[in-house]
Amino acid sequence: MTLELSLNQQPAHARQGSSIGQPLTRRDGFLKVTGAARYAADNHPPGMLYAVLAVSSIARGRVAALDIEAAKAHQGVVEVMTPKNRPALAADPDAKDHPFMFRLDLLQNDQVRYPNQSIAVVIAETLEAATEGAALLSPRYEVLPARVGLDGAESFVPRGVGVGGPAVQHKGDVEAGLKSAKTRIEATYETPAQYHNAMEPHAIVVAWDGDTLSIDTPSQGLAMAQGRIAGLFGIAPENVHIRSPFLGGGFGSKGMISGPQVLGILAARLVGRPVKLVLRREQMYGPVGHRAPTRQTLRMGMDGEGRLTALDHHAKTASSTFDDFFEPAADASHTLYASPAIATSHDAVRLDTGTPLFMRAPGEATGSIALESAIDEAAHACGMDPLEFRLRNYAEVEPMTGKPFSSKALRECYRQAAETFGWASRPLQPRLMRDADGFLTGWGMGTATFPALMFQAEARAVLRADGSGLMETGAQDMGQGAWTAFAQIAADGLGLDIDQVDFRAGSSDLPNAGIAGGSGHTATAGMAIHNAGAAVIARLADLATGNEASPLFGAGNEGVLARGGRLYRRDDESRGESYAEILTRAGLSEIEGHGKGAPDPASQETYAKHAHGAVFAEVKVDPDFGQIRVTRLVGAFAAGRIINPRLVRSQYYGGMIWGVSFALNEEAITDRRSGRIQNANLAEYHVPVNADVPSVEALLVHEDDPHVNALGIKGVGEIGITGTAGAVANAVWHATGVRPRRFPIRIEDLLG
Amino acid sequence: MRDLSYFRASSVDAARQAAALPGAMLLAGGTTLIDLAKCGVAEPETLVDIAHLKGLDSIEVDERGATIGALARMSHVADHADIKSRFPAVSEALWQAASAQIRNMATIGGNLMQRTRCPYFRDPANFPACNKREPGSGCSAIGGVTRGHAVLGTSEACIAMYPGDLAVALVAFDAIVHLGERQIPVDDFFLLPGTTPDREHAIEPGEMITAIEIPGSAAARRSTYLKIRDRQSYEFAAASAAVGIEFEPDGRTIRDLCVALGGVATKPWRARTVEDALKGKALEPETVRSASLLAVEGAVDHGANHYKIELAPRVVARAILKLGETA
Ligand SMILES: Cc1cc2nc3c(=O)[nH]c(=O)nc-3n(C[C@H](O)[C@H](O)[C@H](O)COP(=O)(O)OP(=O)(O)OC[C@H]3O[C@@H](n4cnc5c(N)ncnc54)[C@H](O)[C@@H]3O)c2cc1C
Ligand code: SF4
Repeated sequence: MTLELSLNQQPAHARQGSSIGQPLTRRDGFLKVTGAARYAADNHPPGMLYAVLAVSSIARGRVAALDIEAAKAHQGVVEVMTPKNRPALAADPDAKDHPFMFRLDLLQNDQVRYPNQSIAVVIAETLEAATEGAALLSPRYEVLPARVGLDGAESFVPRGVGVGGPAVQHKGDVEAGLKSAKTRIEATYETPAQYHNAMEPHAIVVAWDGDTLSIDTPSQGLAMAQGRIAGLFGIAPENVHIRSPFLGGGFGSKGMISGPQVLGILAARLVGRPVKLVLRREQMYGPVGHRAPTRQTLRMGMDGEGRLTALDHHAKTASSTFDDFFEPAADASHTLYASPAIATSHDAVRLDTGTPLFMRAPGEATGSIALESAIDEAAHACGMDPLEFRLRNYAEVEPMTGKPFSSKALRECYRQAAETFGWASRPLQPRLMRDADGFLTGWGMGTATFPALMFQAEARAVLRADGSGLMETGAQDMGQGAWTAFAQIAADGLGLDIDQVDFRAGSSDLPNAGIAGGSGHTATAGMAIHNAGAAVIARLADLATGNEASPLFGAGNEGVLARGGRLYRRDDESRGESYAEILTRAGLSEIEGHGKGAPDPASQETYAKHAHGAVFAEVKVDPDFGQIRVTRLVGAFAAGRIINPRLVRSQYYGGMIWGVSFALNEEAITDRRSGRIQNANLAEYHVPVNADVPSVEALLVHEDDPHVNALGIKGVGEIGITGTAGAVANAVWHATGVRPRRFPIRIEDLLG
Repeated sequence: MRDLSYFRASSVDAARQAAALPGAMLLAGGTTLIDLAKCGVAEPETLVDIAHLKGLDSIEVDERGATIGALARMSHVADHADIKSRFPAVSEALWQAASAQIRNMATIGGNLMQRTRCPYFRDPANFPACNKREPGSGCSAIGGVTRGHAVLGTSEACIAMYPGDLAVALVAFDAIVHLGERQIPVDDFFLLPGTTPDREHAIEPGEMITAIEIPGSAAARRSTYLKIRDRQSYEFAAASAAVGIEFEPDGRTIRDLCVALGGVATKPWRARTVEDALKGKALEPETVRSASLLAVEGAVDHGANHYKIELAPRVVARAILKLGETA
């Protein structure tokens, strides 16, 4: 897709040369604030019908009866799709051949395995008719007791956690380390189930044309979605055309195609007409992923100087009864603090819930809040300032693997954030600070970290005889600013001003840009863009340096610079010519180049690659009411090269606010008898409102990383949530003397 | 699709007549009604729109008190200069209710009529048992998720909490609900669940709230509304208190005291025992704290809502003491 915006809507940006590093505002901002940005559910192809899911009331059992006649008799209802008439699929929806896919509920039988599982789809001329038709199905069930909660089933050690990492790992002898320790702590923390709750619900608009599919649906991974859909329907991937120019947030839940989206495609096939299916808010609590609850126990031993002698992190978590995502919470202890002995382990139960999934720093966030709380307890047990304690245990190499870090400006993050925050005047003991209004005031900190991941991506670059450029990659903008940041990288890669570059993204017809997830999109697709730019410039240079008529003749490939739409001799910048002149002379209307982005296997072996940060929080707690308010947050982050400081700051703000949300707000509350979530709406599933985050500051700490990739980019999307959640919890302790053991921290936890 | 007729009432009388027909419901700001229709709790056959009716949105305040039209918007009442100065608790209760968007849409009449947030009540498709919705069907909340449920005024049939803020202030200051000619004290307007939790208000079919009258008083003038909750805004009360106080000329002996609680009871909860215990006493922190404990006498918890019993008296005490500070 191209952003349908004319250039005069862009504010004039002051730039000298490079686009990278400039704080451009979002190029799609104008479309969004004027309502012109078209999200998936805004599409309305001719002849379109509306599909509405009927979902299960029960958590476990089978659908014994559906009143299909009643639904069909309702005016406007065109068809009811159930296991009996659902079109055939080319693949078993329960099959799985890699970790980046859901086992899907696609009406393959009458079994119910979690609340809100799809049990039928009603297709009608209007949304209202389909909604009423779904209600008229009045399902009857055979009910089995729901397995709920971390003690609700027998536990086992999963084969892998996260995307398949080992569930149990260790180095050194933890028991010996604990034994030799002068000071020991042991603490257990619980985190709740959380739901992604993107503002935009999962939605799909589908039209079949023979064996070709035209789809509008929000996707964080277009090529993966394309492949998954093609596999399920037995058609060629290139026959699946998915557009996803804008996502109203994803947070991981739009990373993999979900059951309801495929049911929309099936519904369109069944009725032979285009179909739109949009989830209602409460229907997002089940089939589109969530963050599983955890119960984590940490044990730490410290020597007389406050050095860790052992770190043991165990996490219990949950998955669905039929799929295998396990929140890798304990793995958070692999990368942050130096210790001669580290052990991490997981066990899990299988519950009657939808399958959990990556959600905003999966594992890192859950693990971080427990680890940072425990580190705080350990510092206190040693009588040390929490920052001093963290510096004492600063990891010079990655603790678990012993690999050197590709770069690590964490000390500088600590220093800048602590100074800005005013940490030095913090009393060591809790419950000593009060403000003028009598509120207990507390200061806490946490270390932030997130791996600098890269996936696989491709891009295609074109230079045209009119001097303009084109860059194509199927990148996904969830609101983070991909339309802007990638255009900046493209402009530099092509040696053009950003306004001269036509940047296309958000469609599966474009080269595979990899997944917008794992905070690795900018690095991965950015490198593909960078390399595609380099490839097409190299071709252009060949044309010029090989042609006697060119002032660049004989300069050789290495000997030219691309800047401002011109090539220059590196040794003599007075000699140069424009792209247009070169192409026109060669009689070419355009030339193209291709590039890839992928992790470099050699440096992958050699280096540990992570972004780092430090977050400081101030909370005020009413001593009588236990009411907590976060009054100040300061974070400093080092994440390699910053493509666009304005966008990056927004990512940090967002991440830090999610951290507050983790510590104080988010929780899916389950009715233990039925297994149903009782706050499946945004009135009762809370995230912070503006009044909850009055002061958030994010400092960008300079960091050059020669190893992560040629551009030096790490990731910035998820790191903010780590560190922050623990910092808030630790500030609550510092204010009150009460150590939070379950999250979110509620009024009743502090009433005393 | 469910057919629904929409009737734009031309006058109060026309509205009342139309609303008396079976299946008809008044529609004001719609922020409660449309929500409840979407989740299947309200099933109106006719919507009788009154939002535009002239003359029902006035706010009149003088020495004797305030009369607020049923169609006045929450935000207008909250921001009204005379309400702020003569009935601070009313203004503060409104400011702390819902969100700015809702306050701009929602009316005072609709606000009084808002329904419980009990999640079982709001989910008929998945929890058929609810005595408030279907008398005699049972109560799904008891034994379930109860953190937001009432600890005062509950019955075996229903433990649903009354969630609103404004009515708490109205109950504290003896406001009167005008149903056209009929007038009824607001405390009597809200009914206890008892064995008939489906009956929440003393309003008959064909009646309509036309105005709220709040008598002026020294206690109303020195009043406040204190609302405690996990989130700073856009959340119902974990516990709240509307308190007004009048001192003897010595500035510390309590002549008159009005106390009502929100977020903890099945209806806006007047705490007369606290008032009686403190009237005539000097305002001393210890006296106030121990008297405030009377607010939750007889409270019954259902597990997760136990904390409200601890919290509510502290909120009452703080509100009273805060008003004393400005004496
Ligand atoms: C997410 C959310 C959060 C909220 N938080 C709070 C909060 O923190 N505190 C709080 O106090 N409130 C809160 N509310 C409730 C809100 O204040 C009410 O929805 C609003 O006041 C209702 O007014 P309305 O005009 O929109 O009523 P409507 O929705 O139009 O009507 C509500 C009911 O009252 C009836 N009705 C309307 N007018 C009259 C009349 N004149 N006479 C008789 N019956 C009438 C209708 O028939 C209907 O049954 C919240 C609501 C939502 C959705
Ligand atoms: S508490 Fe009342 S409203 Fe809630 S389920 Fe029980 S009867 Fe219904």
